[in-house]
Amino acid sequence: MSELWQHTAGQLSALLGTGEVSAVDVTESVLERLRSVEDDVKAFITITEDEAKAKARKVDEMRSAGEDPGPIAGVPVALKDIFVTKGIRSTAASKILENYVPGYSSTAAARCDAAGLPLLGKTNLDEFAMGSSTENSAYFETRNPWNLSKVPGGSSGGSAAAVASGQAVWALGTDTGGSIRQPAALCGVVGVKPTYGLVSRYGMIAFASSLDQAGPFTRDVRDAALLLDAIAGQDPKDATSLPIDHPSYAASLEGGVDGMRIGVVKELAGEGLQEGVKIRFDEAVSVLEKLGAEIGEVSLPSFEYGIDVYYLIAPAEASSNLARYDGVRYGLRVDGEDIVQMNSKTRAAGFGPEVKRRIMLGTYSLSAGYYDQYYGKAQKARTLIIRDFERAYGEFDLLVSPTSPTTAFGFGERTDDPLTMYLSDICNVPTSLAGAAAISVPCGLAPEDQMPVGIQIMAKALDEPTMFRAAYAFEQSFRGRDSQIFPELVSR
Amino acid sequence: MTAPSAQFVTTIGLEIHVELKTRTKMFCGCPVAFGGEPNTRVCPVCLGHPGTLPVPNEKAIELTNKIAMALDCEIAPHSIFHRKNYFYPDMPKNYQISQYDIPIGSRGSLDMEVGGESRWIGITRVHLEEDTGKSVHVGGGGRIREAEYSLEDFNRAGTPLVEIVTEPDITSAEEARVFAQELRSILEFLDVSDVRMEEGSLRIDANISVEAPGRSGTKVEVKNMNSMRSVFRALEFEEERQRNALMNEEELVQMTRHWDEKSGVTIPGRVKEYAFDYRYFPEPDLTPIEPSIEWLRQLQEELPELPIAKRRRWMEELGLGPYDAQVLTSSPGVSVFFEETLEAVKDANPKQVANWVANNLAGALSDTGERFSDLKITPSQFAELMDMVASGEINASQGKEILSAMLLTGTSPGSIAEERDMRQVSDRGELEAVVDEVISNNAEVADRIRAGDMKPFGVLVGAVMRATQGKANAAVVTEILKEKLGAS
Ligand SMILES: [Zn+2]
Repeated sequence: MSELWQHTAGQLSALLGTGEVSAVDVTESVLERLRSVEDDVKAFITITEDEAKAKARKVDEMRSAGEDPGPIAGVPVALKDIFVTKGIRSTAASKILENYVPGYSSTAAARCDAAGLPLLGKTNLDEFAMGSSTENSAYFETRNPWNLSKVPGGSSGGSAAAVASGQAVWALGTDTGGSIRQPAALCGVVGVKPTYGLVSRYGMIAFASSLDQAGPFTRDVRDAALLLDAIAGQDPKDATSLPIDHPSYAASLEGGVDGMRIGVVKELAGEGLQEGVKIRFDEAVSVLEKLGAEIGEVSLPSFEYGIDVYYLIAPAEASSNLARYDGVRYGLRVDGEDIVQMNSKTRAAGFGPEVKRRIMLGTYSLSAGYYDQYYGKAQKARTLIIRDFERAYGEFDLLVSPTSPTTAFGFGERTDDPLTMYLSDICNVPTSLAGAAAISVPCGLAPEDQMPVGIQIMAKALDEPTMFRAAYAFEQSFRGRDSQIFPELVSR
Repeated sequence: MTAPSAQFVTTIGLEIHVELKTRTKMFCGCPVAFGGEPNTRVCPVCLGHPGTLPVPNEKAIELTNKIAMALDCEIAPHSIFHRKNYFYPDMPKNYQISQYDIPIGSRGSLDMEVGGESRWIGITRVHLEEDTGKSVHVGGGGRIREAEYSLEDFNRAGTPLVEIVTEPDITSAEEARVFAQELRSILEFLDVSDVRMEEGSLRIDANISVEAPGRSGTKVEVKNMNSMRSVFRALEFEEERQRNALMNEEELVQMTRHWDEKSGVTIPGRVKEYAFDYRYFPEPDLTPIEPSIEWLRQLQEELPELPIAKRRRWMEELGLGPYDAQVLTSSPGVSVFFEETLEAVKDANPKQVANWVANNLAGALSDTGERFSDLKITPSQFAELMDMVASGEINASQGKEILSAMLLTGTSPGSIAEERDMRQVSDRGELEAVVDEVISNNAEVADRIRAGDMKPFGVLVGAVMRATQGKANAAVVTEILKEKLGAS
């Protein structure tokens, strides 16, 4: 029999439910795997072994006392280090929060805890989630388990790599303009960016408030639905969380795509794609067609402005969200001759170059005299993108595109050229700007580099059930490989 | 060349900040209170910790709508919060959640009376925001730049704060004071704030400029006016300063000046060389405020009668004089006390009651600095006192003495009168005997009165009052004396 850490959460839940294995067994197996490959992958900023074991024991005690700890209790999880966790250092991969230990937990973390998930640790990311390769972490680079000389994508690269390498059964990330979907695709795992407002943002260290959304990384679609079920739902601590009763996503998987209308987005699936990405994506679309979906093409011209709009709105919000890191109340403080100097010295020392670049971009686009030209105009263009989506969803149930125009790239390849780096998220930002839902599902390896490719399935806001149904159907009929086989963790 | 002062035109606009009297802060659950140990009413949200989010206080939105309605504002059907970005150590997030282009209320007015004339002062906007914490800069003259170190107290950070901005419709320091007082009473009647200027729950800043013919004005912002009196004094000083500068052809600079209560002058602060760029943008953590028509209608119905309407009604219906009416509507405490006393009296008439409340009672309270809400006596006890005076059971000076005792002990006037044996003597037989004795003891004076000289008449009345320890009914005594001495 294979090792416990190789199982999906769905499989483990079944084993835990019948009592065949204990939460401690599962957690120890995963922790052992985590430790044995961490030197290669470097997915974790903080490992919380003691907390994980204590939680696993608690779950086992509940089960042996005849109490029901919940359907997924005992399956360990990793959290992107942007979710604050009470009593556990939460850094956002920034020097400015290097020693920050919060006195409260994010709602997503609290819901994982309430669901009985032992916390394995906090995963690496681009500082404050700003980046597409995790190279902007102030601490270290995380490596892609499929080829250790490539990036895992970002910003949630640590969570994606941890799930891909078997260091975690599943993990949470955050997606502002692709930060879950892109690393999921690059690491060959499933990643979901839920509808804006479906998962509480409380305790998620803010990057761009109108775009940030938490979601799961998993090894299959069912696990993604299970984890989203656990964390979704209105939160009185987040005024933008949606006041709805969401359906069970795990119960929405069956049904297939027969008769479903699926549109291929011309602007995201045509020019500029790496050859192998194009090949695997086209194959994936034909799989969907064979399963009975009606495939059509749709042109959404406003998507051309997606990256521009995103890089005006997200930095603007970030420039304000990050103003609080000033050395006064918590986090890093570098003394100065007076408080004003202390503020600027602290920020100069505490923030990395990409964060500074975005704060300056955002400050500029909000400045008097430029607001209408930049931030104001970007909001108008955002409305155009939303309208294009609405038009498309009049014709189609779902839209598809490759998740990323390329497979994982090498370290340093794009760091000197921010614009090329920004284009990594070209397929992802329109959904973020529209506040809608999308999932990335693995669709094979690109022939030229044997690196994973993902298909992005987009749905209108709150239509996660349809999205999961298609993703599950695709996965069931496409997946040739066993989900329990892992990349070899070598450099190529 | 100097311009005669009559040709000067003074333009004043006020910016008022009101801390709302909600149970909890604007965006978190911390209690709202004044003072206390520093940093004891704080939480991750109001300290701006990473990942925390604001959740709006519904009560604060309700109270702001009430203020906007009382000031006759248009209520925005869809108003939004903005972020006002600037760095200051007592502002935890380094941005303030405030309102910008769509405040809750706009284009209103306040109706007031100055010297018997009606005046409408335009209200530009009524908006809701959060208060900052408090900084103490130690050393370096208390300025942030030169300070040795700074202490921060975040207890106040996040307290709901309403900003009211007037049009530049105010033309004198006196008008500014009347406006401020009228606004304060309105806020008190609405029961939305403690409105204590000394504690900062009501803060008034002014913009003032004086123009002379051919010379445009220079806007000066006046801050640090901590009482109604200092609003008046500071603006009067500033008006005079600007007039003098204009007359002497001196240059005026656009700046902020701080009122110094002790020396009675405004002191120059920072010169406004550049406009702050607050980089306002819509607050993405909050959704728009969209009040339903039904809810607004219900709020409108709940609005109390405003002081100016009450004042006008009482002058018309009860015949009160303007001074009494003004005092009786200056706070809900006095006005409710007056209304409840009126309901309880049997003999006393409204004008008499008004006069006693506005002068004797309000006077006694202002001596001790107490408020009507602190009163030990009830309106029905006060009504009993009024009836005792009206029926002649006691006289006015006895009434005042009893009132003083009542205010101290809270006991009923009847029992105080009894205890002190202060029932007024109106019985003719009893008083005639005293009068006879006084006449025989003052034969000379009595003769002068009999001869038609009324000047010393008061001497005899006084003698009777003394002989009865002040308990005699003066009217009855006068009547008997006149009869006995054949005077008229
Ligand atoms: Zn608080």
